Amino acid sequence: MSEEKKFRWVGTRPIRPDGIDKVTGRANYGADFALPGMLWGKVLRSPHAHARIVSIDTEKARTLEGVRAVITAQDLPDLFSEKARAQGGHHDMNDLAQNVMARGRVLYHGHALAAVAAVSSEIADRALGLIEVEYEPLPHVLDIEAATAEGGPLIHEDRVTQGVEASGPSNIAKRVEMGHGDTEEGFAEADIVIEREFTTSPVHQGYIEPHACLAQSASDGRTTLWCSSQGHFAMRDYTARLLGMDLSLLQVIPAEIGGGFGGKTTIYLEPLAVLLSRKAGRPVKMVMSREEVFRASGPVLGTRIKLKLGVRSDGVFTAGEATLHYEGGAFGGSSVMAGCMTVFAPYAFPHVRSIGYDVMVNKPKGAAYRAPGAPMAAFALETVVDEVAARLEVDPVDLRLRNAVKEGTLASFGPRYKRIGCVETLEALRDHPHYSAPLAANQGRGVALGFWFNAGLQSSAGVNLNPDGTVTVLSGNPDIGGSRASLAMMAAEEFGIHYDRVEVVVADTHSIGYTDVTGGSRVTFATGMAVIDAAAEVMRQLRERAAAVWEVDAEKVLWVDGEARLEGDDEREPLSLEKLARDAGRTGGPISGRAALTARGVGMGFGAHICDVEVDKETGRVEVVRYTAVQDAGRAIHPSYVEGQMQGGAVQGIGWALNEEYVFDADGKLENPGFLDYRIPVASDVPMIDTVIVEVPNPNHPYGVRGVGEVPIVPPIPAVVNAVHAATGVRYRDLPLSPPRVLKGMATPDAA
Amino acid sequence: MRYEVANTVEEAVAILGQAESGLYPLAGGTDLLAQIRSGRVAPDGVVDLKRIPELREIVADDAGYRIGAAVSGAELGEHHDLVADWPGVVEAAELIGSTQIQGRASMGGNLCNASPAADSVPALIAAGALCSIVGPGGRREVAVEDVVTGPGKTCLAPGEIVAHFSLSRPQPRSGDAYLRLIPRSEMDIAVVGVGVGLTLDADGVCIACRVALGAVAPTPLVVPDAAATLVGRSVSGAALDDLATAASAAAQPIDDMRGTREYRVHVTGVLARRAAMIAAERAGS
Repeated sequence: MSEEKKFRWVGTRPIRPDGIDKVTGRANYGADFALPGMLWGKVLRSPHAHARIVSIDTEKARTLEGVRAVITAQDLPDLFSEKARAQGGHHDMNDLAQNVMARGRVLYHGHALAAVAAVSSEIADRALGLIEVEYEPLPHVLDIEAATAEGGPLIHEDRVTQGVEASGPSNIAKRVEMGHGDTEEGFAEADIVIEREFTTSPVHQGYIEPHACLAQSASDGRTTLWCSSQGHFAMRDYTARLLGMDLSLLQVIPAEIGGGFGGKTTIYLEPLAVLLSRKAGRPVKMVMSREEVFRASGPVLGTRIKLKLGVRSDGVFTAGEATLHYEGGAFGGSSVMAGCMTVFAPYAFPHVRSIGYDVMVNKPKGAAYRAPGAPMAAFALETVVDEVAARLEVDPVDLRLRNAVKEGTLASFGPRYKRIGCVETLEALRDHPHYSAPLAANQGRGVALGFWFNAGLQSSAGVNLNPDGTVTVLSGNPDIGGSRASLAMMAAEEFGIHYDRVEVVVADTHSIGYTDVTGGSRVTFATGMAVIDAAAEVMRQLRERAAAVWEVDAEKVLWVDGEARLEGDDEREPLSLEKLARDAGRTGGPISGRAALTARGVGMGFGAHICDVEVDKETGRVEVVRYTAVQDAGRAIHPSYVEGQMQGGAVQGIGWALNEEYVFDADGKLENPGFLDYRIPVASDVPMIDTVIVEVPNPNHPYGVRGVGEVPIVPPIPAVVNAVHAATGVRYRDLPLSPPRVLKGMATPDAA
Repeated sequence: MRYEVANTVEEAVAILGQAESGLYPLAGGTDLLAQIRSGRVAPDGVVDLKRIPELREIVADDAGYRIGAAVSGAELGEHHDLVADWPGVVEAAELIGSTQIQGRASMGGNLCNASPAADSVPALIAAGALCSIVGPGGRREVAVEDVVTGPGKTCLAPGEIVAHFSLSRPQPRSGDAYLRLIPRSEMDIAVVGVGVGLTLDADGVCIACRVALGAVAPTPLVVPDAAATLVGRSVSGAALDDLATAASAAAQPIDDMRGTREYRVHVTGVLARRAAMIAAERAGS
C-alpha cells in the first residue's frame, strides 16, 4: 500500500494536456470531421408515439437530384435469432437494431425509420420530406400507471416479464428482487415506520455536443468511422455486430467528446452512416439536431418509488423496504436493478428488501445517466431519513452516522463492504463551517448522503519510450473528465520524470487493445492501473538495459527518480532515462510496454452534500444560495478534476431536482425538445459549489484511487428537496420542484 | 437565400414593399435566424436594417428619446441618461437572452416578433412609448400597445418597418420597472411579465400610472383598471393589494408547459405589486 509513499505529481494540479485545444477551439469534436466528396445523412423520424408502418415509399426521395442513398430497416441485416450482446455492452443487440431503425412499427415519437444521404444537408432535408409513409396509429402507453394497468395496450405482444414465472405478455420487461433478513420482523422491532411514495420525471443527460459521426466505407468492406462517444470500442462492437461485420474491418477513430454522462455509450447514427456510405460509395456525415437529441437519444425516464423505513426510537434503522418502478422506454432496459442495489446501500440494515420493475413505455429508449438509477432512489431514501430525523428530533447527520455503513457491514445489495469512507465523509460534512452557518429568512438547509459502486472493467494501455526520453502513453478511453492529465501524472510518478515529458494519446480501435467505455467512473482507476503496469514493464526493460551496460544482474538495478542506479554502489554514475532511451537501438531495440487487464478491487464511493435554498414564498421559485459537496475520492490524483466532477454532478442534480423534465402531450409528443424549455441550470443559476475531498485510500489500487465521476449526482436531489422542506415546511415527493409545484405545495401542504 | 442591405429607411421600404418579395426584415436576427434554422419560417431572403442610421441611434433632446428599432440591448444599457430616465425599459430589454444575445437583440425585433412573452414590450407600454412606423404609404406613429394584434401578428402592413421608438422625458418624481418570472435566472422566456410606470406628487401620492402585462394573454396587455387602483393613493398597503387583485383579474393566460393558468394569474398580482414598489422607489429617489 502506498500510504507512506511521497508523491511528486499525484495530488498536484498541472494543466490538462487537452485544455488549450479545447478552450481555443482547435479540438475536433464529432461534427468537426470532413472528407472530400462527403455526403450529408439525415434521419426520418416517427411523428407517432406508436404506430404500425403500413408502407414506406422512398421512390421520390431516391430520385431527387443530389440524393445518393436512402435506407430503411430493409437494408439492415435480419435480427439475431436469440438474445445477443456485444462485448462490454448492456444492450440487447436486437433492441439496439430496432431502436436505430424501426421495423414494422414505430415505438415512440422520434423513432428513426429511414435515412438519406445527399450532397448537401438541405437536399437531404428535402428528401426526407419526399419519403411517403403510411402509418396505422396504435394505442400508446406513456407512463407507469398506463403501462401496468390491467388490459391496457401492449408495446410488444410477445414479451413476458423476465424474473416472473409464468408471466403472460406484459409491459413489464423485468422484475428483480434483492435483500436480506425478514423485513416484517424488522418493522415489528421499529418504533417509527414511515412509508412514502415518490415520482421523478424523465430527464436528459444534457450533453452540449449532439451525436455526430462520419463514416467511410470502401468497396472491400473496410470501414472507418469518426465519432464522438464515451467508448470507441463499444461503438465499433455495436455497429459491426449490428451490421454483421468483422470487428477488424471497422476502425473507429475517437473524436473529442462534448459531454456524455452515460448517454454516449450506445449507438444511434453510426450504423446508418456506415450503411449509407456503403450504399452511396462516398463518405457520409451525420449530425443530430438538438431536437433529435432530445426526441431520440438517451433520456433517463420517469420513476415511481414506494419506500418504507423502520427505525427504533434510539435512531437505529431496523428495516427498509422499497418497490421501484422505472420506465425503460420502448424496449425496457431501465436502471431499476441499480436503483434496487443502491437504494439502501449507505446504511446498515438487519432486514432489507427491494423489488424493481423495468417498465416499457412508448418513449425513447433510455440510456445510462451518471450513477444510473441511484439519484432517484436516493431521493426516496434520503428524504425519508430526513423525515425520521425530524420526528426523532435528532441531527440529520448524526442519524446518518448512527447507521452509516463501514468496513465489514453487510451491504443491502449482497457483499460485505471493504474499506470505504462513508463515515469519514459524513464527519467531514458535519465539521464543515457550512453545516453550522446561520441562515437568512426564507432559507432552509438540507443534507443528503449518496453511494455509487464505481466500475473496474477492461482496459488496455501502452507506454512507448521515445528516443529523446519523452514518454507516449496510449489509452483506449476518450478523455471526458481530465483522464489525459491523470494518466500522464501517474506515468510521470512511476518513471520519476516531469509531467511535461509525458504525452497521452487516445488511440483508435486499431491502435490499442480493447478498452471498455469511459463510464462507471473507471478510467483513472482502471486504465490508470493499466498505465502503471505498462510503465512497470518499461522500467523492467530499462533496468535490464542498465544491467547489460553495467554487466550486472538486473535485480541489482534500481529505478529511482527517473534513472537507473546500481544497488549499493553510490560511486557508479546513474543511467538516466534520456541516456537509456537514446541508446536503446544499440542495447536491444525500442523500449515499450503494454498492459491489458480487467480491473479488480474497485473502491466504492460515498458523497454527502449540504444545500441551502431560498424560497420565494409568493412565487414558489427556489434558488440554491450555498452548496457544499464532500466526497471520498480514495486518492485524488488531480484534485481540480475531482472537484470538477463533484461540482458538475451537483449542478446536474440541482437541475434534476428543480426544473428539468420532459413534457409529453397526450399523443406522446415531446413538447420541449430544446434547451429553452428543457431547463438545465445555467451558470447564474447556481452558486460556486464548494468541495471537500476526503481521502480514504482504496487498498486495492496502487495509489488508492476510487472512481469519482458518478457519486456527485446521487445526493443533490434529496439535499435540495430537504432544504426546500426546511424553508417551507412542505415535504415534496414529486420532481421537479418547479415554481408552480412549489407554490401549490405551500398552499396545500398535505397534497404535496 | 438572398441577403440585401438597406442603407436608408427608404431603401428598406422599397425592397420590402415589392409585392411577393418573400424577404424578411433583419435586425439583430436573434429570433428570425432561430426561426429559419428550425424551419418555422422559410423566407427567400432577408433585408438587413442594421446599416440604417435611424434604426441604430439613440437621439436625446429636450422632448425625450428616439431609440432606433435595431439598437441592441447592450447599447441601451450603456446609455446612462436613458438608464437614469427609463430604467424599467432598459432592464426589460437587457433581460432578453444572454450576454451574447444582448449584443444583437433589439426592441424593434422584440416587438415585431409579436410574442406574447416579449420582455421589452410591457415595459415600453408602461412607459407610454410610441413607435414610428415607415412603409410604402409613408410614416405613422402608433402607440406600442397597438402594434401586436395576436401571437406572431402585428398591425404592420406589407413593407412596413418599425424605425424607432419615442419616449418622452419623464415627469418629475416618475419611475418605471419591469419584472418577470422565469424558472431559471436568465436565458428563459417570461412565464409572466409586468411593467409599471408611475408618477408621484410631492407627498408621494400616485398621480399617474400605467400597468402592462406580458405572457398572460395572446398579446401584451395594457391594464387601465390596475393602474387606476394606485392613482390618488400612496403606493403601499391596501393600494398595492388592490393593484395585485386588479392585475390578476386582467390576466387571461393559458395552461402550458411554462406554467398553469392558475399559477400565472397569481404571479401576475405578485409581480405587479413588486414592480410598482420598485417604480415608486425610483420615483421617490
